[in-house]
Order: sequence, then structure tokens, then C-alpha cells
Amino acid sequence: MNQTKEWLRDPTAETTSVKRPRRTPPASLKGLRVGLFGIGKNRTDEFFDQVEKRFTERGLAVKRFAKPTNARTAPPEVMEQVLAGCDVVVVGLSD
Amino acid sequence: MLPESGFVVFAKRDCPTCELIEPVLQQLAARPSTRIISQDDPGFPTQVAGVIDDRELEQSFHHSIEIVPTLIRMEAGREAERTYGWDAAEWRRVTGISDLGKELPGFQPGCGSLSCAPGAEDHLRARYGDTGLQARKVALGEWDDPIEACFERGWSDGLPVVPPTDVRILRMLAGTRRKPDEVIGRIPPMLPECTVEKVAISAVMAGCKPEYLPVVLAVVEAALEPMFCMHGLLATTYFAGPIIVVNGPVTRKIGMNWGLNALGQGNRANLTIGRALQLLIRNYGGGRPGEVDRSALGSPGKLSFCFAEDETDAEWEPLSVSRGFSPGASTVTLFQGHGVEAFKDEKSRTPEELSKSMGLVLANCGHPRSNMPRAIFVLSPEHHAIYKAAGWDRQRITQALQDASTRPGSSIVAGLDGIPMGIPASRAAEPVAKLAPDGLMVVRAGGPAGLFSAILPGWGSKPDELTPITKEVRE
Repeated sequence: MNQTKEWLRDPTAETTSVKRPRRTPPASLKGLRVGLFGIGKNRTDEFFDQVEKRFTERGLAVKRFAKPTNARTAPPEVMEQVLAGCDVVVVGLSD
Repeated sequence: MLPESGFVVFAKRDCPTCELIEPVLQQLAARPSTRIISQDDPGFPTQVAGVIDDRELEQSFHHSIEIVPTLIRMEAGREAERTYGWDAAEWRRVTGISDLGKELPGFQPGCGSLSCAPGAEDHLRARYGDTGLQARKVALGEWDDPIEACFERGWSDGLPVVPPTDVRILRMLAGTRRKPDEVIGRIPPMLPECTVEKVAISAVMAGCKPEYLPVVLAVVEAALEPMFCMHGLLATTYFAGPIIVVNGPVTRKIGMNWGLNALGQGNRANLTIGRALQLLIRNYGGGRPGEVDRSALGSPGKLSFCFAEDETDAEWEPLSVSRGFSPGASTVTLFQGHGVEAFKDEKSRTPEELSKSMGLVLANCGHPRSNMPRAIFVLSPEHHAIYKAAGWDRQRITQALQDASTRPGSSIVAGLDGIPMGIPASRAAEPVAKLAPDGLMVVRAGGPAGLFSAILPGWGSKPDELTPITKEVRE
């Protein structure tokens, strides 16, 4: 018997990525709600305190969001809160 | 074409029984409604015109031939009955020829069909049968090197992978009783739903043998537990990846290494089981270095970090038992870590000396002034012998190492010696544990000589955000 002339089987999830264009940044932050999204690192609050101060000094409304731990992805309900609660987001690291 | 009604005989020259009954085959072939099918030589039987050449074994596969010669009586295009080997009375009954082979002995068993030769069945099923495989077929160019084709498609972790052909996947799936379409879970980071079949494809590519598949499946299930935090472990800028400790009879069954060089190269099961998980994360989950995998430096263990615990000392409580599983259960324990950090002590002779010495090295992992909620301590046989002689068991050793790695807060205050790392001065009066209270797993492994043990430091800075996960291996 001859060796089978074989194909390979796809090890991937066989999904197709859709590349979406980035949203155009707003020309001005005036009137927009700013979200500060902490990813659960130890010194995020310290960092965001400084960032929030800068925004509020410019008269912008700031709202804080956070995921519970940096080890896991944000739960969907947190993402929904972010979507509903602000117009632009700063995602914070800070170890 | 096979006769709609009549007789078909499967035979091969390389079968003494087929050779014995060559006159019978010639006699039958002289009848218009009989066809002889030869598995190895279309010139056999001699003096017969129109022998069907079945060297590709397609007919033999479709007729499920296990023995040659096999005589089949066809009726209206369907098999009515069959007999195999040479049993004169049966052949005469089936053919209705009362003097068939009257000069031959009455009985001689046949030989195995070439379609049942070891390994042939999977090839034939892949070529002529219904494999049942659902994964998309990826055609290669006629002159493509399959290994290079896998590299070009981005399916490799940097080393050559075994090309996932149907035959290899079918053989791999034979390693488990679980159905190929059983859903295992969603694979991070992109979270597509994954079946046993896709895990088997990864296991093939990693170089696993089919008998490793139940272990690989348990490993994947453990990695998908939310508290294992596989997404975060992949995405972290830290060194860590999944470390797998295997316990129980399966380690002996599949020939894993817990002895000399247990954390190193040289053992197929150790090296490929961890790789199968990593290839699944990479190819199926879409987690690639430089993309979602943001590790600043990585570590060699991210290719595969898997070893077995040495359970040859009956007095030693296996890790699996310490984690609540029955003695004799086969398990995998997944830990988020990296390493190897050396622990070298050739001077200590008492358990107290040894524990203090180990605690010193544990306390220095990562940074002497940082915490490390979790770690594996790989206890080598020579170091274990010191504990064993004093009657210390797993619990006592673990507690002693916890205690010994706890430091006076005053020794790790930030700013000390001009080094900013450390705890606030307000905690200087506290004893500060390096590890979380349940953060140390001791695993016995290593070669018989060498007063060297190893620390596999864990990932994470908060004790409750993630945990090691243990799963039982199901066949």
C-alpha cells in the first residue's frame, strides 16, 4: 500500500478576524464623560488619583471603574458599566 | 466490477492457505459470476484472467476483510454470507460445488488480511472511510514539506511540530474513550469552544503518543478552571507559564520521568504533554508571544513544563493525596510558575538545619523584600532522606518551610541599604511571611544523588486571586 497523500487538519479555531478601524479620537474632551479603568494592579489608585486630579481641574466629569484582579479578564458586567458610563476611557496599569 | 450475484474471493499470494487452494480459486474463477481479488499480487492465482488488483486495499477495507482467503457469496449486489480460511465443507456449502477442493485437506486456517496489518486500518479509514473528523482540511502543495507548511501557517512554537494528518489524529483519538465532538470548554484568550478532536490535534502536533491524551485532556480542563487564570497567565509580563505535576499510576503507564533530570530534557511524555497545552493556547485560543502573550522575557518552561512526582517511597504522601484525591488516583496539578531556582545545601544534616536553609533561599525568590504567595518546592531524594530519617512528613516539612521563609519586617523595609523595594516602615515590627498560608506545594522528584532541590516560583502578588488546580485523569 502506498503512503496516503494527505492533507492536514486545521489546529486553529477556524474563525476569521474582522479588523475594525479605530474610532476617531474626539477633537475635544469638552462635555465628555471620562472613565478611568483600573486593571487591578497594586498602585492603580495612586496613579489614577493624579490623573483624576488633572481631568477635574479641567472641569471634566470623571468616573472610576476597575476589574477585581489583574490576573483575570474584566467580567462582562464591568465592561458594560464602562460602555454605559463614559465616552472616553483611560486604562491604567501602574505597578 | 464485482458480480451482483455470485462469488468474490479475497486472497494474497503471501498466504500458505491461499497458495494451497490455488486450484480451487482457478476452478471458481472459471465460472462467469466469480471474481478473485488479490491483495498483494494481481498475478495470483496464476492462470486466472481478470484478477482484481487490490494492492491499495480499498476493496478489502470496504468489505471488512480480516482473514484471507475469504469467500463471499453475493446476492442482488449484497453480501449474503461469507466464510474464511479453508474449510472444505463450508466452501462446498456456500458455493454449492460438492467436490470443490476434494484433493485438499479438509481444513487449514487462513492468514491475516493486509488491510488489518498493524497501522493499516487508520490509513485505510483516512483514505476510504468516514473519519468523522470535523476540523477543516488544509491542502498542501504537491511538493510542500508538511513541517515547513506548519511553520508557514504560524502553527509552531518555534520547534518543528508533527503535521496533524488524519491518520495521526485518528490514532491519537484512540487514546481516549471520550467522543471527538465532546466540548472541553473555551480556550483563552479568544475563547472559542473547543472539542476533544481539537485537543487531539494539538497533542499530535506536540508529539504526544495516544496514551498521553487522557492526561492532556485533564491538563486542558484544569487550565480552563476560572481560578487558574489562564488568560492572565498568558498575558502577564512576568516569566510564568503553566507547570504540570502528574501523579498516580498513569505516570508509570506512560513512562513519565520523576527521577534523574526530571525537570529537564529527554522524556517524551514530560516534554510533549505541556507542549500540547501551549500549542492549544497558541493555535486554538489565539494566544501568541508578542500579541496577547506580553511576557517581557518569558522562560524556557513556556515550551513545556511537566514532570511526575516520585511516588516510589511508600511513606511519602503524594501531592494528589495532599490535595484531597484518593491514593491510586491519577491526577494533574497545574501551577502558575516558572524556574528553576536552585537550592544547594550539602552541609545541613538535620531537618531543622535544612528547613532554615531552604527558607533562606525561598525568601529570596523574585526579590528578598517582595512576597511570593505561591511556589512549588521540588524536594530531591537526598534532601528528603534527611527529613525521612527524622520522621518528618509532608505536612511538617511544608510548615517548617513556611516558618523559615517568614522574615522579620525590619529586615525588608523599603529604603534599607538605599534600595527602594520593600514594605512600609510601619510594618517593621511584624513577621512577614513570604508565602500565603496554603501557598507551598512540596513535590518529591529528582535523581538519587545530589543534595540539590529546586524552587519553582509562582506568579501573582495576591494570595487569593488564583490557585493551583488539580484534576483527575479520565481514560
